[in-house]
Amino acid sequence: MALVLLRRLLQAVVTVAVVITLVFLIFSVIPGDYVSSLMAEKRSLDPAVAERIAAELHLNDPVPLRLGQYLVGILHGDLGLSFATQQPVTEMLGGRIWASFKLACAAMACAIVTGLPLGYIAAARQNRWIDGLAMVFAVSGLSVPGFWFGLLLMYVFSLQLGWLPTFGYGQGGIEHLILPALTLGIAPMALLARTTRAAVLETKTADFIRTARSKGMSEGRLVRKHLARNAFMLILTMIGLQFGSMMGGSVVIESLFAWPGVGSLLIQSVGLRDIPVVQGCILVIVLFFLIVNTLVDVAYLLIDPRIRYK
Amino acid sequence: MSDDVLRIEDLTIALRVEGRDHPAVEGVNLTIGRGEVVGLVGESGCGKSLTALSVAGLLTAPMHVSNGRILIEGQDVARLSNRSLRSLRGDRIAMIFQEPMTALNPLMTIGDQIGEMFVLHRGLGARAARKAAIAALDRVQVPGAARRVDDYPHQLSGGMRQRVMIAIALACDPALLIADEPTTALDVTIQAEIIDLILELCREQGTAVLMISHDLGLVARICNRVAVMYAGHLIEEQAAERIFLSPHHPYTRGLVGALPRLGRRLTEGQAALTEIPGTVPAILDYGAGCRFAPRCTRVMAHCAAATPETTQLPQGGRIRCFLHD
Amino acid sequence: MLKLLARPNLATGGAIVLIAILVAVFAPLIAPHDPITDANLMFAETAPDADFLMGTDEQGRDIFSRIVYGARIALTIGLLVELMNTIIGVALGVSAGYFGGWWDEFVQGLTNVMLAVPTIVFALALMAVLGPGILSLLIALGMTDWAYSCRISRAQVLTMKSRPFVQAARTMGYGPVHIMARELLPNIAGPLVVVATMGIGSAIMAEASLSFLGLGVVPPAPSWGSMLARAREQLIVAPWVAVFPGLAIFFTVLGFNLLGDGLRDLLDPQGRSKR
Ligand SMILES: Nc1ncnc2c1ncn2[C@@H]1O[C@H](COP(=O)(O)OP(=O)(O)OP(=O)(O)O)[C@@H](O)[C@H]1O
Ligand code: SF4
Ligand SMILES: [Mg+2]
Repeated sequence: MALVLLRRLLQAVVTVAVVITLVFLIFSVIPGDYVSSLMAEKRSLDPAVAERIAAELHLNDPVPLRLGQYLVGILHGDLGLSFATQQPVTEMLGGRIWASFKLACAAMACAIVTGLPLGYIAAARQNRWIDGLAMVFAVSGLSVPGFWFGLLLMYVFSLQLGWLPTFGYGQGGIEHLILPALTLGIAPMALLARTTRAAVLETKTADFIRTARSKGMSEGRLVRKHLARNAFMLILTMIGLQFGSMMGGSVVIESLFAWPGVGSLLIQSVGLRDIPVVQGCILVIVLFFLIVNTLVDVAYLLIDPRIRYK
Repeated sequence: MSDDVLRIEDLTIALRVEGRDHPAVEGVNLTIGRGEVVGLVGESGCGKSLTALSVAGLLTAPMHVSNGRILIEGQDVARLSNRSLRSLRGDRIAMIFQEPMTALNPLMTIGDQIGEMFVLHRGLGARAARKAAIAALDRVQVPGAARRVDDYPHQLSGGMRQRVMIAIALACDPALLIADEPTTALDVTIQAEIIDLILELCREQGTAVLMISHDLGLVARICNRVAVMYAGHLIEEQAAERIFLSPHHPYTRGLVGALPRLGRRLTEGQAALTEIPGTVPAILDYGAGCRFAPRCTRVMAHCAAATPETTQLPQGGRIRCFLHD
Repeated sequence: MLKLLARPNLATGGAIVLIAILVAVFAPLIAPHDPITDANLMFAETAPDADFLMGTDEQGRDIFSRIVYGARIALTIGLLVELMNTIIGVALGVSAGYFGGWWDEFVQGLTNVMLAVPTIVFALALMAVLGPGILSLLIALGMTDWAYSCRISRAQVLTMKSRPFVQAARTMGYGPVHIMARELLPNIAGPLVVVATMGIGSAIMAEASLSFLGLGVVPPAPSWGSMLARAREQLIVAPWVAVFPGLAIFFTVLGFNLLGDGLRDLLDPQGRSKR
């Protein structure tokens, strides 16, 4: 069991290293850097000044050296300084991680409280009209562009009904969170509904359910004690994957709602070629994904005896 | 109250396809007395499991009972409320399945799964149920029951799991145990052990057994009576010792003829049932006429035209064949 | 025809996709106005009427015509991107499954990396480097979303590898390339087509997202995503600017998703009820 976890951890470290290197290379090998984008913006920039800025930012150092220094920095918890603002990247990320995390949690909560029951009802009424309706709903949820759905919500709930603020973070209150969370949650909700339906249908026909039924228990007890837990085993992975990719998957939604999270920072700094910040954002996104999925692995270890006693 | 534990009257189980019923089991009559051991044999796909499941009330769509009655200890199950049906299930009638590897809930300890029976039918609390579960495990001769009670199914071998299934089934001293090929999936070396365990425990507590098997030799050895099914019909039923001496239906004769030596239990019995040339028709192809006709060595002109009725044999037992009209 | 009716997913999905393709092909015949040059500030932000079926945008361009032409961009990018992804994914997946060993480990590691970073993030980084434009979009999206086709083809090859027909090909002296391309590929094509069909949908969605962020198709070109880029600011005065391009994206992606679902049911009738 500890061995499995260790292997996972090793994999995670390798994944992080590869991603960082990859992003680093993408931004270094291909021409066009921070200074040239600065020059494109301010045509009056003196080449000598540009040269000085480049030197200050160590842009002229060889790529492997910069990569090496960066990686060493990470180990010390130092993600470098932003080219644009000269602020430490860790500082810039701090509050934004919290904002993105809050949004991801809220969105996942929306997805779970609607997706699971929807999938369960569909499975319970397999091939009836309600099943069909639920699945049409689910495939629509998977096909709707999140940013457009967000626009519609904004139009209805903010502009027409005036119930909720259009965008922004406000004081961090719940009213600003609702619309972005609903928007971000729609695709995972749809996916969860489908996964839940499949999981329940698969579990429902399992032999042990027939055994349980032969014991003469009520449907309620059957579902609670035998069906739900086993079906949930099949859904948990999907929940982890969805939740884990929300830190980065929310870029478009964050930008639509002007949500001060990691995603909108990423977009800003990508435009500026502010590489240290881009790197920092992607690092957070990858780490979040890996941490969430490791936690899911741990959860399986805790609740699935088949893995626990391997 | 009648002394029959189980009475199946004119049972028809149909497969519903696109709103139409296709009988998979048709016109089956079978009675099991208190403490009796009855065997049910037949080739794969002839409807043995369906019959068993219908008795236990475990048929799932698209299969359903479309005709006939099932009486358990004199009570017509179709007339019982859901609640009384549930209290019948597990308590008065229990079932063991073919596949011990998947029949147990992988996320629950075997102690909880056995104990659940006492919680459901004896109203025991968690502690008492656990104690009772240990005793039940002891009874099915699981070594170190007190330790193993907290094991999960995947920690047990197939034979041990089947013992757990037996413990669950017999936990509440049911009147009838349906064992649907309880040893087919097990190692040959422990098959006899498991069968003997089932029989011994049932004899002790006076539980009647419906033993479903492919193995005519086994069934003849351990049962009082044997019923033979073919393609959804019950085609012959006789006392176990007679069915070897004088099988009447051409299908049964084929089965007995395929056995190497009279009365000997054979481990390769499963192969024996298929040694009659030809295959069983599929449900949707069940037509008029005797369903065995295409394979029957004694087929007559009118055999394919109408289905033979079930008639009594003079020496006791029943048969469904035009040779015995 | 009747059989199609019994498969609503396949029928609806196929119909939507067919319509989208027809619209794209016959765009000049369908669109009443030119999508780019027919700008007229006199008609800016006109609500939908008989002349402008879906209204006009802030430059007075006919939204309906822009959507019609936008189908060309969406479908072209969707198809090409998914083609690239499928080629990369299949090449990696099939070879990894076939050869195993360190190559397999490497490919799996790479797949895990791709899965750890949402496609949109990778594409975003690439777009930033390459600059906006259709070619950059093709590269950015075409190289980042192959993880699923890779996994599927690897898994399929693993189950096929030991089948007699592969063994036979090997004993007949065929090399690995022949076996992979001629024996294995045709036998795993089914599931791949399903993945690819849905992949076209996600590629269209990704293009729309990037264009929405201003990092995809460059403005005058009528991309559905970039048509929505300024919709938020116009939401109060001209909600139709937001509604119709989004509907176009939604229905097109829905079409490919339904078609993919339908194809999967067709290939795997047992699993039908389960998904
Ligand atoms: N849910 C179902 N849907 C469709 N057909 C079914 C279903 N359940 C059983 N059948 C069919 O009904 C027939 C009888 O099945 P049954 O399981 O009773 O056979 P059996 O005699 O127990 O065979 P075996 O010895 O293989 O267990 C078979 O042809 C089987 O394919
Ligand atoms: S009824 Fe005819 S075909 Fe059927 S078993 Fe008897 S003799 Fe053979
Ligand atoms: Mg059976």
